[in-house]
Amino acid sequence: MDSASAPFDSALFPEGTKRCQFKWFLFWVAVLHGPLMIGVIAALMCWGLALNVTYLNNNYPFGLWIAADLGIIALGAGAFFTGFLRYIVNIEELKNIVNYAVVIGVICYATAQGILGVDIGQPLRGWFIFWHANVHSMLTEVAFCITCYFMVLCIEYFPLILENRQINRLGFFHGMAHHLHEAMPTIAAIGVFLSFFHQGSLGGVPGVLYGRPFAFREGFLVWPWTFFLFVLSAIACGPCFTILITWITEKCAGKRLVKRNVIDILAKISGRLLVVYLILKTLDTVYWVAIAGKVGAPFSSFYANQPYGYWVLITELGIFGVIPALILLSAKARQIENVLIIACILNCAGIFMNRWIMTVQSLAVPVMSFDKFVSYHPNWVEYASTFMFVWAGAIVIMLSYRYLPIFPQEKELNPL
Amino acid sequence: MFPFAFEWVPEATRYVFMGATYAVLISLIIILHYCAIRAFLDLICKKDDHNSHH
Repeated sequence: MDSASAPFDSALFPEGTKRCQFKWFLFWVAVLHGPLMIGVIAALMCWGLALNVTYLNNNYPFGLWIAADLGIIALGAGAFFTGFLRYIVNIEELKNIVNYAVVIGVICYATAQGILGVDIGQPLRGWFIFWHANVHSMLTEVAFCITCYFMVLCIEYFPLILENRQINRLGFFHGMAHHLHEAMPTIAAIGVFLSFFHQGSLGGVPGVLYGRPFAFREGFLVWPWTFFLFVLSAIACGPCFTILITWITEKCAGKRLVKRNVIDILAKISGRLLVVYLILKTLDTVYWVAIAGKVGAPFSSFYANQPYGYWVLITELGIFGVIPALILLSAKARQIENVLIIACILNCAGIFMNRWIMTVQSLAVPVMSFDKFVSYHPNWVEYASTFMFVWAGAIVIMLSYRYLPIFPQEKELNPL
Repeated sequence: MFPFAFEWVPEATRYVFMGATYAVLISLIIILHYCAIRAFLDLICKKDDHNSHH
């Protein structure tokens, strides 16, 4: 590209890469601001007019926001798990995707915290959970771990910003980025510790509800089995989400950014973990079916109210579980890009469905004989304020892709 | 919450929980400062090297 046709901000692009004209970049950022502003209005309505502008009620204190929160945090597990595989297991090839996994992780965790900021209704009192911490609560552990892990992700993202072509020319920032990279295994280890506990504790929240046979599980010490199932499902799904977002980015950029063998490693690991998860989840389900009837909550009662029929169980474990697992396990199927992406979509949909079931359906199943089934559908305020963070995340990805060296193989795959 | 705050309940769970939190936070602060100091020292040493050549 000659200097006359190069975008005026080309001096900020990663070395040896090509980006679209600045006006097109600005156009797409402006387009994303449309739905983003609708979300901002919805969030302001929640803060200004209180949560009765939503369809949350006493039957459903946990609705779309919490289900989306749990789902997004599980999808963000790609960051900690890829970091674990790269820096602790030492899989060298993953250095080519770990940067992008971090960017996706930052967005996922910022989204989760943003949604919680809207959900608590009075964000000015958000600090209460930190100061007046109920240390016996799984949710407190989640709040602490998510906050600390978000700090870890920001520290992991920081050297990427410092490696911007112009910032990196300054000696101090260059050195800082270099030393942060050196410290990355320690930072990744802290991230693994935090992620393990908050992913698990999110599962522990429904698992300890002994008054709700649909969700309650026995377990190991203070941790119900759902604790371990949530950790396993998150690390089985997170890499698939990283693959999916990388694929979407490649389609938007119109070029390949990561080599096929790197994607294949992540997909293979994800497939194996998904199989382990499905086996344990099936064992858990069988045991739960057997035990539920004995405690006075027959299995059929869990699926007696529409829309939560038996199809929910079949879809979650079969269509969104077994099918992607089979695809991800097969080396031939993984090589076909469209099939691989379908598997990733199914896997990610499965994790959202699982989180929805464990939060919303858990609350939907009547517990007392005099309880009536009440249905719940989120309204536009809940949808708009949830998706607001998705659009903001897309803008962060666009900025990161344009100005930061997040794909080390881009130059080699797309010579100028 | 800190152990010297009046709301602090001296129980094992609280010590473990808050202890882990502060351990993580202190580790992160140390890592960031260590990297910044190393980067600063690199910069000083390079400047010294540069001056000694003249």
